[in-house]
Amino acid sequence: MSHTVTQLIYLVASVLFILGLKWLSSPATAVKGNRISGVGMLIAIVVTLLDQAIVTYQVIIAGLVVGSALGLWMAKAVKMTSMPQMVALLNGLGGGASLLVGGAEFLRSELVNEQLPLDTSITMQLSLLIGAVTLTGSLVAWAKLQEVMTGKPIIYPGQKALNALMFLAVVGLSVYQVSVPESLLWPFYAVLVISLLLGVTLVIPIGGADMPVVISLLNSYSGIAAAMTGFVIRNEVLIIAGALVGSSGIILSQIMCKAMNRSLANVLFGAFGATGGGSTKTAEGLTVRQTSADDAAVQLAYAKSVIVVPGYGLAVAQAQHIVREMADLIEKKGGEVKYAIHPVAGRMPGHMNVLLAEANVPYDKLFDMDQINAEFERTDVCLVIGANDVVNPASRTDPGSPIYGMPILNADKAHSIIVLKRGMGAGFAGIENELFYNPKTAMLFGDAKGSLQKVVTELKAL
Amino acid sequence: MEALIGSIVIFTLATFLGVELINRVPTTLHTPLMSGANAISGITIAGALIVAGGEHGWISTVLGFLAVVFAMINVVGGYAVTDRMLQMFKRKPEQK
Repeated sequence: MSHTVTQLIYLVASVLFILGLKWLSSPATAVKGNRISGVGMLIAIVVTLLDQAIVTYQVIIAGLVVGSALGLWMAKAVKMTSMPQMVALLNGLGGGASLLVGGAEFLRSELVNEQLPLDTSITMQLSLLIGAVTLTGSLVAWAKLQEVMTGKPIIYPGQKALNALMFLAVVGLSVYQVSVPESLLWPFYAVLVISLLLGVTLVIPIGGADMPVVISLLNSYSGIAAAMTGFVIRNEVLIIAGALVGSSGIILSQIMCKAMNRSLANVLFGAFGATGGGSTKTAEGLTVRQTSADDAAVQLAYAKSVIVVPGYGLAVAQAQHIVREMADLIEKKGGEVKYAIHPVAGRMPGHMNVLLAEANVPYDKLFDMDQINAEFERTDVCLVIGANDVVNPASRTDPGSPIYGMPILNADKAHSIIVLKRGMGAGFAGIENELFYNPKTAMLFGDAKGSLQKVVTELKAL
Repeated sequence: MEALIGSIVIFTLATFLGVELINRVPTTLHTPLMSGANAISGITIAGALIVAGGEHGWISTVLGFLAVVFAMINVVGGYAVTDRMLQMFKRKPEQK
């Protein structure tokens, strides 16, 4: 196939990727969008297979079969609660693939003593660096989310200086590699090793609660790595697709940071949660009011409007389905149930929405913070399930609080609040929550699923 | 160098286009967006195939094979899991 035809078909693939993302703007067209994007990918793969540079197919077929089988198995087996881990892993593999392609291209040039043009040489170094950081950084993020390693920030003296030094070393070695005419092996391996290490040391000081930002950012990196590989092998479809993904990850990281009222730099380098919050407020002298499942059920049965604020505790307790059952019962009794989703309610952007969608909660009942915050004051009962920091009024009132300034859901404005919670433990940020001591608030202690089960039983009996 | 400038132009324009497109995706679909975008970044498969299929020594072939596997997990896993999630959003409440 001629080069021109190949290029044109790659253009078609790029257009399909763009259309796919465009149709993702509504749940109604999203399935179609994802599939059209998949068709674009299939076209790109087929046309690449016809490329003259490919002389042997055994290795390719083996790779395609193994990769597809693993990918399909992962997609089928993964639980919705584990989606952040899955995306982290996929990010890492994407970065790894870019790294491998860049590395293979380099070794080829070294083998045949080819002199790489300056631009190829530069982008190759970039694809090595970004690909390697994405690979190992994502693996660390995966390990933290999967809890095979501690979610707490790992910090040691001189950490930032060491990271900066490693980064400068990579830059220095890369500049050297680019400046000499031949391809040298030792700077190549040095860049490789340091970049892989850098991925680890950049992510370990970031706390588990901040992983959503990290995954989004690594998502972006995997796109940029693909684009850099595109520069190296002079392939436009890689550049376009990579740029699209790169911008997507950046936007999502920004949204997450804004929702936590922190800068990206603070998330990446602040080691949040390592030292414990500096809040001056204590719970001394305050008392909480406890309620029972029966009382809560009565309250909910006669409520005209209910807003559910789900937190990750709900997902951990696997209580999404029972929440929907409860909501159905309340609606049968004439109340209206809405869900208020804080941007950082889950473990990645939009995670809570997926978990609720899995439990058949219609998506038009899920509301963003901005959409629903004005409604709390007209709401009879606000049911907080396994959420803490995202409803802590200290973010509005206590300048000493670590979460001061973070946008929250105005749960405290509701006529009454029921908080489902295991015990009085503090949230991720390790701070007291005034909402729990509010006279309007009643605490229903216990496992979220168990408590809701009792509420549902009571509701049915009423 | 001219080819590089052309590529940089494409990269820059595609980034701006990406920002416009992604900003329109509702928050409720951000998780599928991420996994779907992930699948798109599996486009590295195009590079991986060329590396794996060219005969440039065994190291390149091994690296190429691994690259194809990695990228393909990304592509197939990404699209499949995105489809699985989006199906859940398609459901109407009546079809319980």
